[in-house]
Order: sequence, then structure tokens, then C-alpha cells
Amino acid sequence: MGWIGDTVDSIKSIQIRQLLTQAVSLGMIVTSALIIWKALMCITGSESPVVVVLSGSMEPGFKRGDILFLHMSKDPIRAGEIVVFNVDGREIPIVHRVIKVHERQDTGEVEVLTKGDNNYGDDRLLYAQGQLWLQRHHIMGRAVGFLPYVGWVTIIMTEKPIIKYILIGALGLLVITSKD
Amino acid sequence: MCAMASLSDNLNSPSPTSQIQILNINWFQKQPHGNDEVSLTMNITADLQSLFTWNTKQVFVFVAAEYETPKNSLNQVSLWDAIIPTKEHANFWIQTANKYRFVDQGSNLRGKEFNLTLHWHVMPKTGKMFADKIVMSGYRLPEEYR
Repeated sequence: MGWIGDTVDSIKSIQIRQLLTQAVSLGMIVTSALIIWKALMCITGSESPVVVVLSGSMEPGFKRGDILFLHMSKDPIRAGEIVVFNVDGREIPIVHRVIKVHERQDTGEVEVLTKGDNNYGDDRLLYAQGQLWLQRHHIMGRAVGFLPYVGWVTIIMTEKPIIKYILIGALGLLVITSKD
Repeated sequence: MCAMASLSDNLNSPSPTSQIQILNINWFQKQPHGNDEVSLTMNITADLQSLFTWNTKQVFVFVAAEYETPKNSLNQVSLWDAIIPTKEHANFWIQTANKYRFVDQGSNLRGKEFNLTLHWHVMPKTGKMFADKIVMSGYRLPEEYR
């Protein structure tokens, strides 16, 4: 109860200048995070340098909640690589393995078929209506490394947004009430 | 920690071995959609024990047929794959028909020479993934459909 009294007191005693300073600090933290994210996008050449695994179709290798680090180089796509791709009309990217590659002599363009390690059949059922193959422009990046479990934070915040609001509220409260 | 785990994986110098025999061409047809398709039975032996380190969660292994056609500079078709969960399972022998369909983009497979490649993909408990392959050449499909 004393803590609540202290919090109310400290909110009352804030001067405008202190408030502004702390608002700028918060802004700097958010901007730094954004800069790091954009730099990662630049370095890895991928629109989405980190993705969270959302399904169990690549188990036991990747489990729901794992984080994958992506990299997209100009190297041609080859069988065995784990790629992240978007299907037209679906917003959630899929992380599966390439099992077939056909590369054209003249243009160098590839047609690729993917499959989840833990799925019985290939991904043709997941592709758009009438689509038999993926092309390079569907592919966002290759998975090159991973961290287990860390992605659960993102999954929880997406599926139970109330937790996101609680976290942001708590963070805001912390910044306002800290005296530095 | 992730980086250190990968660093220790880099120190490992693996020496996997493998052999693949084609025991039988089960059938070889041109399908109604115009593409050649072949079904074959293989004998696959491999010793991948040297790939496993303390940081290895599993090794994904697959066999692909690789060949060239007038239209395509490279065709890679996975014929069989498996997940090897531990070092104890990594020295194996299996006789199997192709798990995935061996279908060409077109009708170029008669008398076709091709390579069989055994690929492995090491998935770590944490960190960087490694992959490599062994290429075995000298395979050839029949001149006629059967």
C-alpha cells in the first residue's frame, strides 16, 4: 500500500522538464531498437531477418516458439536448404525445406518444391490455387541458425494481446517513476 | 552462448561416408501430363556418426537425384529422407523405394545419366546449422520405358 502512495507522490512531483527528458529517453530506446532492426535487415539482405516458428511442421528440428535467423544471398536455391516463403494471399510466412529444384538453362530462374520435415506430403496443397512451384521472389530468406524457446514471447504477445498492453503499461510506469 | 556453441561445432572435422546402389528400376513411364516418371529401389548405406557433437540435436539426411536436361541446367529431385536423432542411429543401411516421386519437367529421362547425392543437414541445439553432401556419379536410367 505504501508503494502505491509513493508512486502517486512521485507522479505528482514530476517537473515538466524531467518528464520531457524521460519521454526523449523512451523515444531514444525505441528508435535504437528500430535502427538495429533495420541494420539487421540490411546486413542479412532479408526483409525479415528473424522469424518465430509458429507450427510443428518441422519438428523435431524446429519447435513452435523457436527463433530462426535468416540470410538471403544471391546464391542459387538448392535442395536441402530451409527457406522461409510467402504464399500469395497468405500473410503468415512458412518455414520448410526445399526438396526439388529445377533451374532453367537460359534464364537461371528456378522452380522449387518445399515440404515440412514433419509433414506427410509436400507443400503443393499450401501454394496458391493452380500453383505447382515456388519461384525465387516468393522466398524471403534461408534459415542459417536458430535459438530455441525465445520466440514464445512473441507468440504470447500476439495470441494474448492483453499481456502486451500490461507490459507496455508497466514499462511506461517504470520510466515515469524512476528518478535518474 | 549461441556463438560459443557454434564455435565448438566449427572445430569438429567430420568424415562421413556413404554408398548407394540402385537395386531395381520398378517402372519407367511417360505420364498423361507428358512428364517422365521413374520408380526405383535403392540400397543406401551411410556412416554419419562423425557429424554429431554435444551441440547436435539431429541430422536431417536425404538422397537426391541430380541431372541436366536441354531445358534445365540443374534438376535436383529428393528421392528419400530421414531424421537421425542420435549418433547411435547414424550408422545405417536401408533398402527402400523412392519416397518422393522422381518426375522430370518434360520427357528427358530415357538413357539419362545422373548423380545420386547424399546430403546431410546438421541441426544444432542452438546456433548455426551446417550442411554438406557426398556426390556419387555414374548412374544411368534405361533407354526404354518399362
